[in-house]
Amino acid sequence: MKKNMTRRNFIKASGAIVSSASLGSLLWPVKSFGLGGKPKPRVVIVGGGFGGVTCARYIKKFDTNIDVTLIERDTQFVTCPFSNLVLGGLRDMNSITYNYDAVKNKDGVNVIHDEVTDIDMEKRQIKTKGGQTFDYDRAVFSPGIDFLWDKVEGYSEADVETIPHAWKAGKQTTLLKSQLEAMEDGGTFVMVAPPNPFRCPPGPYERASMIAHYLKTNKPKSKVIILDAKENFSKQPLFTKGWEALYPGMIEWVAGTKGGIVTRADAKNMELHNEAGDTIKGAVINYIPHQAAGTIARKLGLADATGWCPVNQKTFESTLHKNIHVIGDSSVSDPLPKSGYAASSEGKMCAAAVVAAINGIEMPNPSYSNTCYSLVGPDYGISIAAVYRFDGAKIISVDGAGGVSPADADESFRRAEALYASGWYTSITQELFG
Amino acid sequence: MWVTKPGARMLAASCLALMSFSTTAEPVSEGAMLSITCNGCHGPDGKSTGSIPAIGGKSADYIEKALLDFRDDKRPSTVMKRHAKGYSDAQIKLIAEYFAAKK
Ligand SMILES: Cc1cc2nc3c(=O)[nH]c(=O)nc-3n(C[C@H](O)[C@H](O)[C@H](O)COP(=O)(O)OP(=O)(O)OC[C@H]3O[C@@H](n4cnc5c(N)ncnc54)[C@H](O)[C@@H]3O)c2cc1C
Ligand code: HEC
Repeated sequence: MKKNMTRRNFIKASGAIVSSASLGSLLWPVKSFGLGGKPKPRVVIVGGGFGGVTCARYIKKFDTNIDVTLIERDTQFVTCPFSNLVLGGLRDMNSITYNYDAVKNKDGVNVIHDEVTDIDMEKRQIKTKGGQTFDYDRAVFSPGIDFLWDKVEGYSEADVETIPHAWKAGKQTTLLKSQLEAMEDGGTFVMVAPPNPFRCPPGPYERASMIAHYLKTNKPKSKVIILDAKENFSKQPLFTKGWEALYPGMIEWVAGTKGGIVTRADAKNMELHNEAGDTIKGAVINYIPHQAAGTIARKLGLADATGWCPVNQKTFESTLHKNIHVIGDSSVSDPLPKSGYAASSEGKMCAAAVVAAINGIEMPNPSYSNTCYSLVGPDYGISIAAVYRFDGAKIISVDGAGGVSPADADESFRRAEALYASGWYTSITQELFG
Repeated sequence: MWVTKPGARMLAASCLALMSFSTTAEPVSEGAMLSITCNGCHGPDGKSTGSIPAIGGKSADYIEKALLDFRDDKRPSTVMKRHAKGYSDAQIKLIAEYFAAKK
């Protein structure tokens, strides 16, 4: 509708009348169209997850003339979202594993499977382990998180085969699942939940729920203990209520000041030691480590002393280095949470910012939203949502919008949200890989 | 205001929203900024194939009324009320037009 209108009433600044046929070339001369023998503008995206893939595809959506290269270490992507459902026995690994064929073939993104190791910011070149070099006009980093291994005595990268973190989905998810399957009825599963900030605030509690579901179904004498570094957690009243309804007496949550802070892990004896001096034994232990921006972002100087990457809150351009944007878990974008939904929302706005910058126009006001669904049981879904705007300086959450599912909702409401959680998963994975 | 690179023309603001960077590309418009975040649940171009209803290609009037009703507590919902409350009447109009155009 609007399109036709423009075609008819074409415009008139400084008295000029421009026909629709010549519009493109008049507005975005040379660079974007690769006319005059000049190369097309190049964007290189590092990390093919929620933020990176979304950004790549939306840049192509807004400007097909930009040459977009996506560099991702792995040839397959396993989503963290719904990996907890695999642990609960509701899904298999296959159903959360994707490849990059559609990103390559449908959108014409140049997908490179290699690991980014270095950058030359003067020459605007990104370098990989495989010895390749990629020139960029703008770069976007969405490398997710990596773990800080020096935060607790006795738990390091060498121990993840015994005590999995499963906070990056894939082999670690399969390992934790097989440990749960091997556990005897009556065993104790212990999870160590990390301090803020970390990827997916409701994630540990959805995991505890899904594991309780698996145990209740298969090993009903077992127990779940959550040792938490924090005093409270996301959607806590809703989770607590759901646990009482579905798994009475099965899940014990321990706050930081009540013994939840783990000071030492002992993988050999499958023991954890807390600040209070207690020893907690687990038949299966899941340690979710302290986190920071993806290693590559920290190595290349995109993170500050906090370990996360400060960005301009409108464009997601790094405040430390020009022409480089950081999105997703690695970026400092609160009040947006570190979620896949938020990373994808940021990827879209960053795509608009990159396209606007390359074409020399002003970006319209960005708008973001987030929703994190969690499954407490197969038919028991809860959610937290928010809508965000840019207030001229920073991202703010819109007053009156958002919030959590009602505390007093009935069974049919919880059932509907469980159904919509899977609808969300279908839609967002289609946006990424469909 | 909407000045492009040297050599290009200056255009009226209303025009910019309708511009795209090639024949197949979509304009970086205010309507798009407000709408594309909905795709996370409603699917690419609002054309969900899962359990959340598709909205891409529905009429602008239908989408506008649905959003206003969710927002103003006239239509029950699990999550839409929490989202719709984040948008003004004018923004809802832009969103409705955006998805209506996704035939
Ligand atoms: C158990 C669990 C459940 C979750 N559930 C939900 C949920 O229900 N809803 C939700 O919204 N979010 C959920 N999340 C959070 C979500 O997974 C993350 O917030 C999201 O993945 C962040 O996107 P990202 O782009 O920042 O990073 P990622 O999606 O992790 O992508 C980063 C990519 O970068 C690649 N990479 C890193 N370094 C390099 C390098 N040097 N060179 C090349 N490639 C590199 C990695 O291989 C990876 O593919 C969950 C997380 C967990 C752990
Ligand atoms: C978290 C997922 C989610 C997000 C984000 C979301 N929706 Fe929805 N939408 C739903 C669900 C679920 C329903 C069904 C009603 C309900 O229970 O809330 C729905 C229903 C609708 C309907 C009614 C459809 C019909 O057939 O009557 C419209 C219109 C709509 N949404 C538009 C939007 C727009 C526009 C946005 C972005 C501003 C948006 N939605 C964001 C999940 C979502």
